[in-house]
Amino acid sequence: MLEMTGITKRFPGVVANEDVDLTVLPGQVHTLLGENGAGKSTLVKILYGLYRQDEGEVKIGGERVEITSPAAAISHGVGMIHQHFMLVPTLTVAENVALGLHGKRGLADMAPVRERLMEVSERHGLVIDPDAYIWQLAVGERQRAEILKALYRDARLLVLDEPTAVLTPPEVDDLFATLRSLTSEGRGLIFISHKLAEVMEISDEITVLRDGRVVGRTTPSETSREGLASMMVGREVRLGRDVSDQDTGQDRLVVDGLHVRGDRGNLALEDFSVQVAAGEIVGIAGVSGNGQRELAEAIFGLRPIESGKVEVACRPIATPTPKSVRRRGVAFVPEERMRHGAVGELNVSENLMLVEYEHRPYVRAGLLQFGAIAERCKDLVRRFTVKTPSITTQTSHLSGGNIQKVVIAREFSADAEVLIVAQPTRGIDIGAAEYVHERLLSKRAAGAAILLITEDLDEALQMSDRVVVLYEGRAMCNLPRAEATTDRVGLLMTGVSEDAPAPA
Amino acid sequence: MALGQLSADPDDAPPELAAGRLARLLRPFVGVAVPATAAIAALLVGAAMLLAFGANPLVAYRELITGAFGGADNLADTAVRAMPLALVGVGICIAFRTDVINIGGEGQIILGAITATVTSMAFDDVPRVLLVPMVIVAGAIGGGFWGAIPGALKAYAGVNEILSTIMMNLVAFHFLSFLLQDLLIEPGAIKIQQTRRLSENADLPLLPGGTRLHIGVLIAILVAVLGYLLLFRSALGMRLRSVGHNPDASQYAGMAVKKSITQALAFSGACCGIAGAVLVFGSESHRLIGEGGAAAFTQNAGFNGIVAALFGALHPIFTVPASFLFGGMLTGGSDMQRATQVPAALVVALNGVVVVFVVGSLRLRDRLRTWAGGISSYGGRA
Ligand SMILES: Nc1ncnc2c1ncn2[C@@H]1O[C@H](COP(=O)(O)OP(=O)(O)O)[C@@H](O)[C@H]1O
Ligand SMILES: [Mg+2]
Repeated sequence: MLEMTGITKRFPGVVANEDVDLTVLPGQVHTLLGENGAGKSTLVKILYGLYRQDEGEVKIGGERVEITSPAAAISHGVGMIHQHFMLVPTLTVAENVALGLHGKRGLADMAPVRERLMEVSERHGLVIDPDAYIWQLAVGERQRAEILKALYRDARLLVLDEPTAVLTPPEVDDLFATLRSLTSEGRGLIFISHKLAEVMEISDEITVLRDGRVVGRTTPSETSREGLASMMVGREVRLGRDVSDQDTGQDRLVVDGLHVRGDRGNLALEDFSVQVAAGEIVGIAGVSGNGQRELAEAIFGLRPIESGKVEVACRPIATPTPKSVRRRGVAFVPEERMRHGAVGELNVSENLMLVEYEHRPYVRAGLLQFGAIAERCKDLVRRFTVKTPSITTQTSHLSGGNIQKVVIAREFSADAEVLIVAQPTRGIDIGAAEYVHERLLSKRAAGAAILLITEDLDEALQMSDRVVVLYEGRAMCNLPRAEATTDRVGLLMTGVSEDAPAPA
Repeated sequence: MALGQLSADPDDAPPELAAGRLARLLRPFVGVAVPATAAIAALLVGAAMLLAFGANPLVAYRELITGAFGGADNLADTAVRAMPLALVGVGICIAFRTDVINIGGEGQIILGAITATVTSMAFDDVPRVLLVPMVIVAGAIGGGFWGAIPGALKAYAGVNEILSTIMMNLVAFHFLSFLLQDLLIEPGAIKIQQTRRLSENADLPLLPGGTRLHIGVLIAILVAVLGYLLLFRSALGMRLRSVGHNPDASQYAGMAVKKSITQALAFSGACCGIAGAVLVFGSESHRLIGEGGAAAFTQNAGFNGIVAALFGALHPIFTVPASFLFGGMLTGGSDMQRATQVPAALVVALNGVVVVFVVGSLRLRDRLRTWAGGISSYGGRA
């Protein structure tokens, strides 16, 4: 039903797509797989009329078409669920659906729209309240509204750009059920993701992009997750880490009965406790916004503690500030690396020295010792494989993965006994993520106590000796590795506790 | 572990693009070239203004340039005029790099002048080799204290430093006239707000050459070098710049953000305070004079120093030549006015045009900087 051939799209300085072919058959889920920046979004934006290709042609239903605008794309039966939702939050679901339909439509015409919307939603089992305002909806429901908006326009070919990035595991299951029902009606789907397990589960066909080019076409039955990862990255990749069991030492970090308020005065953490022993990784799993940020900030002295205590090496920290907490041997890789982890305008070496710049031998008589600093930074850049032209390159010019490596190099090279690591691999590519994981494990082997805060379920399960699920500020469980299964933890992440029915 | 064979060598990084190298070579000059071009554009606008007043711009500018830089005496006058600009300018570099806006140079100059004056009065007979450094240090302390107050207010109470430093100017100005009306006034003088002739041991020594040039110029250069060392070579300066660019990340790294803000304004004020001491003890009257309003004695250096610093791309070393140029415009401006008989206000307006153009060009400069920085970058952005 769709045939794109020889698509090339150049942006100043990058070729986002180069001679890309893509064929989608009716009733199929065709996955576009690739790392960040591989050109997936660009390709589908061309299809949706948001960009114009420099070369190549698009055929829909065998006919060559010029798609000059989203309106043209819609008229050719193409619908798109964007990576970032395009709904108007202050309008209702039905009003959003009506937006842009045949020019202007007043509120008087809402009744038929509503009626048809209900019909469409019933037919596809997509339950939604047409009169709910978008801002009232949870992320999963917003996505449903987006899908309905496309189906209302009778999209035969539906494009979903990273639809699972914002969903919890059960929501992903629901989405996949919807997608299957859509293909069973003969619609074609283009599904974009870089999560390998999902891709293996839902795809009929897989096209892998790297640096704007198609580097492989395959199907789930012909490949494995490792195979896909290797294609994406362009070299051998080993997923899954054999984490050997290891004796743990004494508790290094003890958080007990912590109550902390969030920015809006709400209780962000409620009676939260966790212990991390030397040589142990404790994973804090859960969807972001359930108290993760507040937890890290409270431990690190960046947020007042209402009640409860934090102890490092069996002693509380009298007046916790980042400085005093660091002095007690705690290091921190913050979630937002550009806002909190690195100073973009400073150069790589200055960022590597951001914590230890005041210590000998890097400073003498108040003056920085550039020889010693350069030596250390070059060593760190080499050991942590930071890709940078030089150590005096402005840090904001590096890629996200390399900036993260700079932060990790700094924090992991300090002789910290306790490491707080938040979302260490978010938004960075597989190679860099793999590297971060190796480093975490070597820190663990060296006896560090590591609190790994992550919303990537695979990461939590793979890396952690114990998994604590954080939901609405409370610990839902504290499971040892062997008992922490995807299903169990995934369910707990949605707030369904093991011994009680789901909260309303 | 699997990673061994995967580790990428940083030497694999592709060589910089030729354009990148060019951009990197140009980058340090962007800071100076853009404001300089803006200054030239401003002079063209000024030429139009002069024409409108029936003056020949070529004559006017010739007078301006000879008045500023023609001959040893004129050069010396320009240098004397430039000293407080450079001193204040270095202070501005320190504050602005920490993302603190110091509009309080005037008040800090006044406080520095007061503490230096009081010191010289208290130690009248101390030999010159000691008393000169003492009054300079006293000026630094007075100005630094006056800067630290709005610094601490901003850091610990969130008071906007632009407002508070301006208020501190007013307080300093009135404090000075109060002192000169009463405590420090010259015995016997009835109406003139001025101190007595201060101790000769505190006179800033003249440099050889028979001009008015005194060692204040060396002090200014020394302070510029110290300012450079502080900002770019010391641990403290790294902390200040880090806080200036990203206070959050600095705090996460364990830096004391509030202390840094206070320190930045204190150092900034200290530089201005030294300017105050230089203005008093390098003056021909060797008195602290209040009459004619504070601006007469400070020569507006607290504000003009900001322009000099911006002119010098907020780099302490570049601020010195920038101040010299700006000082030349001020001294040459009066020669120009005398020769062409244009209204005195026109000279002020001309200076104003230069200031507006130069400061306005800074936005453009920053954009060019990003461009120059961006091209030489490697890899994608986060
Ligand atoms: N509007 C744009 N202008 C310039 N470059 C762009 C633009 N959109 C995307 N790019 C670049 O094109 C490349 C591919 O981006 P994209 O298609 O968004 O990748 P993906 O969706 O696979 O992560 C990237 O290098 C990106 O920086
Ligand atoms: Mg994308």
